Amino acid sequence: MNTTENNSKKLTGLEYYRLFIKKMVILLVIFSLVPIFMINTVLRHYFLSSYSAKVMEHMTELIQKHKQNIDNFLQERLNNIRALASSYTIEQLTNEDFLLKHLGILQTEYDNAFVDIGVVDKSGKQIAYAGKYKLVSADYKDSTWFNQALKSKYYISDVFLGLRGQPHFIVAVKKQCNNKEYIIRATINFDTFNAMVEKIRIGATGFAFIVNKSGQLQTRNMYNLQTINGSSVLDFLNKIDLEKEEVHAVQHLQYRGKEFIFFIISLKGGQWRLVFQQEQGDAFSELYKARQMGIIILLLGSLGVILIYYLMSRKMIRFIEQSEQQREKMNEQLIESGKLASIGELAAGIAHEINNPVAIMVEEAGWIQDLLKEEDFKESENLQEFTRSLLQIKLQGMRCKDITFKLLSFARKTDPRAVKTQINDLIEEIVKLSKQRAKYSHVEIKTEFEEGLPEMMASPSELQQVFLNLFNNAIDAIGTANDEGLVTIVTKRSGDTVLISFSDNGQGIPKANIARIFDPFFTTKPIGKGTGIGLSICHGIIKKLGGDINVSSEVGIGTTFELSIPLFLESDGGIQTIKEFEERL
Amino acid sequence: MSKIKVMLIDDELEFTSIFSERLILRNLDVVAVNKVEDAFTKLRVWLPDVILLDLKMPGMNGIEMLKILRKFDPTIEIIIITGHALGLDKEEALRMGAFDRLLKPMDINEVIKTIEQAYNKKNLEQRFLKTNKI
Repeated sequence: MNTTENNSKKLTGLEYYRLFIKKMVILLVIFSLVPIFMINTVLRHYFLSSYSAKVMEHMTELIQKHKQNIDNFLQERLNNIRALASSYTIEQLTNEDFLLKHLGILQTEYDNAFVDIGVVDKSGKQIAYAGKYKLVSADYKDSTWFNQALKSKYYISDVFLGLRGQPHFIVAVKKQCNNKEYIIRATINFDTFNAMVEKIRIGATGFAFIVNKSGQLQTRNMYNLQTINGSSVLDFLNKIDLEKEEVHAVQHLQYRGKEFIFFIISLKGGQWRLVFQQEQGDAFSELYKARQMGIIILLLGSLGVILIYYLMSRKMIRFIEQSEQQREKMNEQLIESGKLASIGELAAGIAHEINNPVAIMVEEAGWIQDLLKEEDFKESENLQEFTRSLLQIKLQGMRCKDITFKLLSFARKTDPRAVKTQINDLIEEIVKLSKQRAKYSHVEIKTEFEEGLPEMMASPSELQQVFLNLFNNAIDAIGTANDEGLVTIVTKRSGDTVLISFSDNGQGIPKANIARIFDPFFTTKPIGKGTGIGLSICHGIIKKLGGDINVSSEVGIGTTFELSIPLFLESDGGIQTIKEFEERL
Repeated sequence: MSKIKVMLIDDELEFTSIFSERLILRNLDVVAVNKVEDAFTKLRVWLPDVILLDLKMPGMNGIEMLKILRKFDPTIEIIIITGHALGLDKEEALRMGAFDRLLKPMDINEVIKTIEQAYNKKNLEQRFLKTNKI
């Protein structure tokens, strides 16, 4: 507890403010960033979920449409053959020319969707065929598709290589005629079918393929399908339970080192599955872009906030530094004027009290002197010495009186009443008064007065005292330092102030002394030559007028005293100001 | 010529005792008092020509005292003596009816001179008044 108190006491005002501002800025940053982050998080969450729902919906719709297309295609091809089977007699159908002619019609009508057509009897023997392969009398007794086709009215096979050694699949229709069963079969052009599925492309990585119930690919393996979790992707997809006509989506599936999204829907009455696969990043690229953008904006915003607060705090610290400096300066001035005031009071107090005892001393000495005049002492050999000594006591008593008077003039001026005063006239008077002294000291006086300076309310005797002090100081400073002494007095008006400068080309003031020259009783003159209160009196008088006195000096070159005294406008409460002056006295 | 009658009013006994002796030595008729009350008691039986009045008196402000004394007998000339240089301006003292104001420590010859001037002024005034009455 004590140590922290001590620590905080050790902080100077500025450091304290620095720490305070630092803390404040940190708090401000936190309090402004937290809501931004919260809003961002919430908005992002809602945006992401709604946007991704939208994307999923769109994809689902798309996949459904494609499923519909493929189903329609298969159904239509089946219907073509069904129509053929039911429209014509078995005799017609087993006629190869007839078959060829109808194959030609179907091929032109349906964009080469059919490769060939054949009629197979119950024993599995193809009894009629039209197409590019030589498959007349081919035996399908053991073919899967044939056995399946016999079991139902019509049938669409999986893709298989068959006798021709090429991937293809078959649509087959059972036709009963004369109590015999025939299978009308047609091979569907695998390329046409495949192209239909391959056509489903979304984005850069989205493609579709078809799998049958046993996990075999029904379209070309164009995209290098690999394994997921050790088993084939096709197996994996087959294990997924599907609702009848619904699209099933699997998201964020780690596969080939990337995240994938899968859409699965049943085809061909549940025998096949249409699978659409796309990289997650590709499917949601817009979303991810938006998310990135959001993060970038958030970061930039935060950075901006921090930067602004940082700059603000720096500005504030600078501002406080400045005001602190000003305060210190003012404090110094306050101390200075306080010092002067207290010295003044002290001087007055001493002056008031000291004359009474001095008077008694002087009277006692006088009394002895009186007594010495009597006959008894006339012969005393030391009479002369006594008289001299007593005279000295009296003289020194009178000197005390003089000193106290000087001190008192420091505390209270002889005539502090403010009247309309023309600065130029006042200085001119001083110059005239001091001309003789200047002449003896070989000093030339140069004046540069601004014409038409307004009159100001001030005590002429006080100002005279100031000017005389500065003037005498200037002449003293030149002394023997310069044979061609020059004192320049300049008056100038600057706005509502009068600027007066006293410059000399004397010996100058050493830097160490400059700070102390306005201190009471500070003097560099030999003892008996100066009391050290002249400049502090000047300081006091100028401060009282609301003005300022400054000194600049260079050793060996000279010294300039600059006064600035505000002009009090007559109508503008000049009297009030004078009253204030009197009150302060 | 009769002696000039001087009353010295000052609260400091050390001052009045010596100063009155010195004045007496210079052929003046001097009565010294250290209190305001004593001054008025003495004034009932003895009227001085000149009063030397110290401004700083316990019990009464010197300026008040001056006013009262002027009312009491305007023919008595009053010389203010003070060690308190700023207590009263010379001009102010004259305006209030004092003959002069002297600052302590004083030169005895100057005091005597001032007292004589005051006495002469008083005599002149009285003579003037008498002739006018006749």
